[in-house]
Amino acid sequence: MITLNVNGVPHDVDVEEAMPLLWVLRDVLNMTGTKYGCGISACGACTVLIDGVAVRTCVVPVKNAVGRAITTIEGLKQGDTLHKVQQAWIAEQVPQCGYCQSGQIMAAVALLTEKPQPTDDDIDAAMTNVCRCGAYTQIRAAIHAAAKA
Amino acid sequence: MALSRRLVIFGGVAAAGGLAVGYALLPWSTLDRAKRLIAKPGTTPLSAWVRIGTDNTVTVFVPHSEIGQGVHTSLPMMCAEELDADWSLVGMEQAPPDMAFANGAMALEYLRGDTSIPSFLLGTAVFGTRKIAEYMNLQTTGGSMSVRTTGVRGMRVAGAAARAMLIKAAAAAWGVPESEIVAKQSRLSHASGKSATYGEMAAAAAAFDPPIDPPLKAKKDYTIVGKPLPRFDIPAKCDGTAVYGLDLRLPGMSHAAIAACPVFGGTLVSVNEAPAMAMRGVKKVVKLPAAVAVVADNTWRAKEALAALSPVWNEGANAAHTQASIFAGMEKALDKGDLTEDNATGDVDAALKSAKGVIEASYRVPYLAHATMEVMNCTAHFEGDKLTVWGGFQGGLDARARAAKFAGLPMENVTLKYTTIGGGFGRRLPDYYDYIDKAIAVARQVEGPVQVVFMREEDMTQDFYRHASVARMKGALDDKGHVTAWLHTFTEKHDPPEAVYVNYDFANRASRYASGTNPIPWGAWRSVDHTQQGFFIESFMDELAHAAGQDPFEFRRAHLAGAPRHKAVLEAVAEMSGWATPPAAGRARGIAMREAFATVVAQVAEVSIQDGALRVHKLWTASDPGEVVNPATFTAQMEGGAIYGLTAALYGEIAIDKGRVVQQNFTDYEMVRMADAPEQHVRIIESGARTGGAGEPGTAPVAAAVCNAIFALTGQRIRELPLKNFDLTTGKKLTAA
Ligand code: FES
Ligand code: FES
Repeated sequence: MITLNVNGVPHDVDVEEAMPLLWVLRDVLNMTGTKYGCGISACGACTVLIDGVAVRTCVVPVKNAVGRAITTIEGLKQGDTLHKVQQAWIAEQVPQCGYCQSGQIMAAVALLTEKPQPTDDDIDAAMTNVCRCGAYTQIRAAIHAAAKA
Repeated sequence: MALSRRLVIFGGVAAAGGLAVGYALLPWSTLDRAKRLIAKPGTTPLSAWVRIGTDNTVTVFVPHSEIGQGVHTSLPMMCAEELDADWSLVGMEQAPPDMAFANGAMALEYLRGDTSIPSFLLGTAVFGTRKIAEYMNLQTTGGSMSVRTTGVRGMRVAGAAARAMLIKAAAAAWGVPESEIVAKQSRLSHASGKSATYGEMAAAAAAFDPPIDPPLKAKKDYTIVGKPLPRFDIPAKCDGTAVYGLDLRLPGMSHAAIAACPVFGGTLVSVNEAPAMAMRGVKKVVKLPAAVAVVADNTWRAKEALAALSPVWNEGANAAHTQASIFAGMEKALDKGDLTEDNATGDVDAALKSAKGVIEASYRVPYLAHATMEVMNCTAHFEGDKLTVWGGFQGGLDARARAAKFAGLPMENVTLKYTTIGGGFGRRLPDYYDYIDKAIAVARQVEGPVQVVFMREEDMTQDFYRHASVARMKGALDDKGHVTAWLHTFTEKHDPPEAVYVNYDFANRASRYASGTNPIPWGAWRSVDHTQQGFFIESFMDELAHAAGQDPFEFRRAHLAGAPRHKAVLEAVAEMSGWATPPAAGRARGIAMREAFATVVAQVAEVSIQDGALRVHKLWTASDPGEVVNPATFTAQMEGGAIYGLTAALYGEIAIDKGRVVQQNFTDYEMVRMADAPEQHVRIIESGARTGGAGEPGTAPVAAAVCNAIFALTGQRIRELPLKNFDLTTGKKLTAA
């Protein structure tokens, strides 16, 4: 049995140690806000925070996440209040199809933790997730808006 | 046309009381069915499309899919505008995938001869051989059509008719003339002080017949349309609660990963199931005629077990194809000259013959995959002779019909349930419902529901591809630098018919094309033929400008004397981008324009090359869709469409080797990301022309704008995409196709 701490709640899962965290979240814990896009760390759709750092979970064996604080898109809210990044995402009307946006939001949360007032270059360097719909203008604007909030 | 008399609006009392109004090209008998389907206690459907609750809320039923283009908000906006509803009380639901909600407006537009409508929206059968009624079976979302057909012809009329019925009811109840009733913000009132909410009057309104031709508002009276209102679908896409197809979780559900024969048209000979069956969580290996799937208790176990199999395929005749052989076949077809002529004016052959000099250039583009962010997937569940299917589809009704046909069941036995859709771009259109067929084929052999997924590699190698194409362009100029001849020869014409048109006033022009050169499954890809034609036409236009020794903007403008709308858009983008002022040192600009899906788009790209790497710094877009419903979503579509086209220009290449797709994932099918994404500026021009599309036009000119900028910077004309294959400073190709 493997114990994971997801969004502050412990979960026991009976899975192979090599199973990527992404699939444990999605298919075992049914927390489907974290998305599958490529499975090879090439798109960022599966990004969550592990001890506050943005990590692509499709290539993280679940055993490497044991004993660490995992935060997914479902865990960003404080009570009924959305995280300021989520609020900015809504205010700037960022998502198109929306499929990449959990990963984009988690990457943005990690960026703002590290750099509360990121420059455009900081955003270029940190935000490497694919958005096939091409909502980059809105993502950039939302990060700047969240930094001001 | 006889058909227009059937463009009628339906109204009446819903079973549950309240009001509903609809429009349609439908048999009268389907109205009751539509209203039954949307009946809800405490509400009145005023038609198939509008339902008003006693609590005064309005629900608009949208017969299209939300694929990120904002249609689940823009169509309700159009309806609410004419209804004079209080927007804060308006909500929407996707119309049920039922014949009663088929979309006749799209068919009507087609019958009027609109050449911007792609034929894939109308099925593959030749028009005229099928009954008109069959076209009513449409809920398809594609061709940038939703706002310009369903919205303009349907939603506005439905809203106006519901409003008229509410006014009639109030006039009758209060004993005053209809003309004295004011309907505003979901409330009816009269100078006498009488007043009622729409909700209070809905049941009485349903007793009236809806007017067939209710007057529509003038643009100056709009209070909802034209505003950047927030989209209904966005909050759930920001907190992980939106349920995409791949997120569906059902009691007892299995997960299946599938692999089709990598060579198109090949079949499965045999597979040793043992390696997969020995793995944890694996329930079954399903053999299909041309694919193998592994069913397991989760996606990862299914995928790992699938990878452990070594299926034996009969690859068939297509295994001989390579990218080089396909391009060689295209060149040969053009050499042979068995071509179909289209869009010809004057005598281009004579004009070329008598020209002092002929300018010639050849262009080439590769195959492209859609690569929607959410891979293809579909969930299916058989319970006896009943089938339920869940997923993301660009046409719900077509999906249900396809499922019924594939399963060999009557439509009534098939329930279709919508999920949120992680990208369309054409891939989830009805002609490409292979993922539905595969899910059903697997589900047939499995107890309980099964979610069948194409892992990314399967999604990329089992797509329906924007076809590779070659073009040969010829042009001639007179002494003043005006084009006297324009001959555009290319391989493969699909959709829409307008994609080869040019809006420039060329006295002698023709396009001619060869067919039958593409052995790979074809699919409509965002903006369809505009993707390659925009690159060919607008790059060559630039070549002619330079041959004439003229500024590329002025040259284009000089050829738009008969097209004031296009000229205005071109001038707008020149003004926005400061075309007249040279860019900073080391940078250059390129310009291109297209009319696509009835929207005119002009773009200017500003680029530099540093250490051999191209950077597109800025992209200005001026766009005239006639009239815009939601400027925020329109702008996002222009920008996103441009990124889609830019990805293709910079990186997009699907190559064929041994009959199979070489590229597997985002590592070898790279995408524009944040650091590559240009700063974008969009200006919307509302000329009042017939409403145009939003989803696709922005994709069409961008490759040419970028390549024209590269020419301005380096003097190198790149005539083949993607640009990653070229040393842009020397114009030399880096890798063989
Ligand atoms: S799914 Fe993990 S990076 Fe793409
Ligand atoms: S919003 Fe569709 S992929 Fe980003």
